[in-house]
Amino acid sequence: MSIIEQLPPEDSTENAIELREVAGLSQGQIVRRRFLRHRGAMIALVILAFVVILAFTSVGIGGWTGWWRFTPNEINPVVNGGKPTLLLPAWLGGDAGLWFHWGLHPFGQDEIGRDVFARVMRGTQTSLIITATVGISATVVGIVVGALAGFNRGRTDDILMRITDLVITMPVIVIGAVLGQLAGGNNPVIFGIFLGLITWTTLARLVRGDFLSLREREFVDAARVAGASNTRIMFKHMLPNAIGVIIVNTTLLMSSAILLETALSYLGVGIRPPATSLGLLISDYQEAFATRPWLFWWPGLMIVIIALSINFIGDGLRDAFDPRQKRIPSERKMAKAMSVDGSASRAINTTVQPPMQGGNTGLGPS
Amino acid sequence: MFSFLWRRVLAGLATLLVSTFVMFLLASASMDPFADLAQSTAPNKAELISQRIQLLDLNTPVVIRYFKWLGNFAHGDLGTAWVTGQPVSTVLHGAIISTIQLVTAATFLAIIFGVAVGIVSALRQYSSFDYLIIFVSFLLYSLPAFWVAVLLKQWGAIGFNDFLADPVLSWVAITVIGLLAGVLWSLAIGGDRRQRLITFAIAFAATFSVFAFLQLTDWWTHPSINPPLLALLGTATALAITTLSSGLKNRRALAASLTTVVIGLVLYLPMQVFFRQVQESWLMMLGLALVTVAVGIGVGYAWRGPDPGVSARTAAMTAVLVASMLFVNQVMRVWPAYYNAPAINGRPVPTIGNSTPNLGGNFWVHTLDSFMHLLLPTLALVLIGFAAYTRYSRSSMLEVMSQDYIRTARSKGLPERTVIMRHGFRNSLIPLATVVPIDVITLLGGAIITEKVFARPGMGTLFLFSLIHAEIEPVMAYLVIVAALAIIANIVADLIYAGLDPRIRVNA
Repeated sequence: MSIIEQLPPEDSTENAIELREVAGLSQGQIVRRRFLRHRGAMIALVILAFVVILAFTSVGIGGWTGWWRFTPNEINPVVNGGKPTLLLPAWLGGDAGLWFHWGLHPFGQDEIGRDVFARVMRGTQTSLIITATVGISATVVGIVVGALAGFNRGRTDDILMRITDLVITMPVIVIGAVLGQLAGGNNPVIFGIFLGLITWTTLARLVRGDFLSLREREFVDAARVAGASNTRIMFKHMLPNAIGVIIVNTTLLMSSAILLETALSYLGVGIRPPATSLGLLISDYQEAFATRPWLFWWPGLMIVIIALSINFIGDGLRDAFDPRQKRIPSERKMAKAMSVDGSASRAINTTVQPPMQGGNTGLGPS
Repeated sequence: MFSFLWRRVLAGLATLLVSTFVMFLLASASMDPFADLAQSTAPNKAELISQRIQLLDLNTPVVIRYFKWLGNFAHGDLGTAWVTGQPVSTVLHGAIISTIQLVTAATFLAIIFGVAVGIVSALRQYSSFDYLIIFVSFLLYSLPAFWVAVLLKQWGAIGFNDFLADPVLSWVAITVIGLLAGVLWSLAIGGDRRQRLITFAIAFAATFSVFAFLQLTDWWTHPSINPPLLALLGTATALAITTLSSGLKNRRALAASLTTVVIGLVLYLPMQVFFRQVQESWLMMLGLALVTVAVGIGVGYAWRGPDPGVSARTAAMTAVLVASMLFVNQVMRVWPAYYNAPAINGRPVPTIGNSTPNLGGNFWVHTLDSFMHLLLPTLALVLIGFAAYTRYSRSSMLEVMSQDYIRTARSKGLPERTVIMRHGFRNSLIPLATVVPIDVITLLGGAIITEKVFARPGMGTLFLFSLIHAEIEPVMAYLVIVAALAIIANIVADLIYAGLDPRIRVNA
């Protein structure tokens, strides 16, 4: 018989069960476990991995041409007005029998016969590269600025935070347009780095906040007594303690980065032909909406899928890193549990009234 | 207070100065004024290039050019856009108005809907409604603004125009809309199974009958808010406002707000005659709005009682809504004429620009025209803003509702409405109030995309055109306006914060 079972029922709260669940696990293990159990985030992760693999293997990268039969810029004879040959299986309401029917041009062709699947995949590739580059460069800048400001305080902090304020003054899309005009073009990596140079501000502020409190902790004093240099203390001892904030915010930053990049490319101040990105594809094809709607649907769908998956992953990570996070069943399940076991009623959240009391938790009078 | 404001304004000006300097350098580095000449095969190419260097003063170092620009700017000379040859101040004038219309409408709608939905979602945390709203806001957050805008333009506009050409909904469609409304309301209000069923039935019946009414009376082709409809909507508004503002048990507040509805009904015809007699303008509308508020407050105080302030507040809010119904009615009355105007040609939902050329007509026709032009761009902006506000208000309401003082308020027996509206909602507005001014700036950035898609001649379009065509003066004018607004927004946010939260002092 374990200790918890011997306690009177008053003390066997949800929390105790939760503590037993994580007993003997390191912080990293707890986070990983929580993240792996977050259903939405796991589905999103699988979808994102699928998209990444599809985008990079289908049309290849660099000198490699990939497994898809067409290349993005190759002009083919237009078949059947360029309509998509993709058919949904019968169980999805389509008429392709038991499984998807791909055909020659599953996403269709544009007006001069280029394969839309190959073009969308190339665009996805570019957008993904930019997203990742923005994520990396913004994180590096954000961490360095935030860590220096939070660790050194005083004048360094003042100067760095004024610089941050300066960057925040303008809407990202406005500076992004100017930078895109400057650095956009054919190279996604350079464009991504430039975008990273304006999107680091949130992360820098958060890291600074974390560092301001971390530097007062005992382990920092211990490291200093042991003779560690400032750089070592900052990046070896303090940074791992701020990793949760950093990972979560990098993820969210990347989801806004893909929207920013596609918007800029759409506006004509980002990636320019002959390179292509999802935003540029939409910009090229919006006029054809009435006659060839598929040209417009696919790139938009890819953006939504990528942004949504990254957002869900970020949400899962936030839940996983949040020490206050508890898994909370739905209102109905709680009500059911409460009516079965009256003793649980005191554990409920004060914001939710148990439905059996007839409480109207909406805005109406009661 | 003043020393705080003074310090903030000075710091803001310094930021503005540095920001314009950096942006000037960046903008001039990004521009290539010779883009059109590079491809040129004109025999006098070298001469053209040297002419342009002369025109744009490109032999002067960029830093000196910045200070020249700054000097002119300080004297109120914004320069000339060299491609179009127009002075920047002229171009900017119309552009600012167009952008302000767009951003104002979108901001208000996004705030009202976003905050309302976010708060209901927070109050029903972990319910199906909450999960639905979280998912929808995630989805809206992940939608590219330009894609939604193009979709609305290419698909929504055509669909809506086709519908208006032959405004008949099938009964199946009306039933489906009613069912959806019923499900949504019953999820939002919640309660036990019986209450859910009742909510569902009421919402379904109401939605169904509204659509049936619109269909059967041919409302779509002759839209108006006629007296019976005004009475119905007005009473519903009065009930809703009173419920939120003071609770239906406060009979005096209810009576005061119903009185304003009666006043609105009585004024229905006189106002139409009045508008026929006078020359309408927006300034006059603003004056009438102020009069309306005054009348509402007057009615509230006339009902006296122990707490006349509450009645006055309730009546004023109802009065404003009833008056705006009268205004909407006035605009709707010109719909048939507008629809049949040759400039419209039976396609009343436009996708381009901010007004129909050669339209003619009076103030109301022009108002309707600019509303129709605002419809889709505003919708595109609202969808994006809505997600952000829902998230903010939900998380801030959750934070507040878990505070101890909420439990205290409940435990001393206050009605749930008072707990939510007075103790919860008000406090949840504090973090929200600091976000809104800053978010308006983001919306201004978003307006670049919307204006581009819908070809509205606003500031964003001006900025983008000038940036691509290497005109630095309009770009700098835009950047100064945006940066100045952002700085003002930050100061306003601080002041609002200090005003709402007594723990924060600005005169420190």
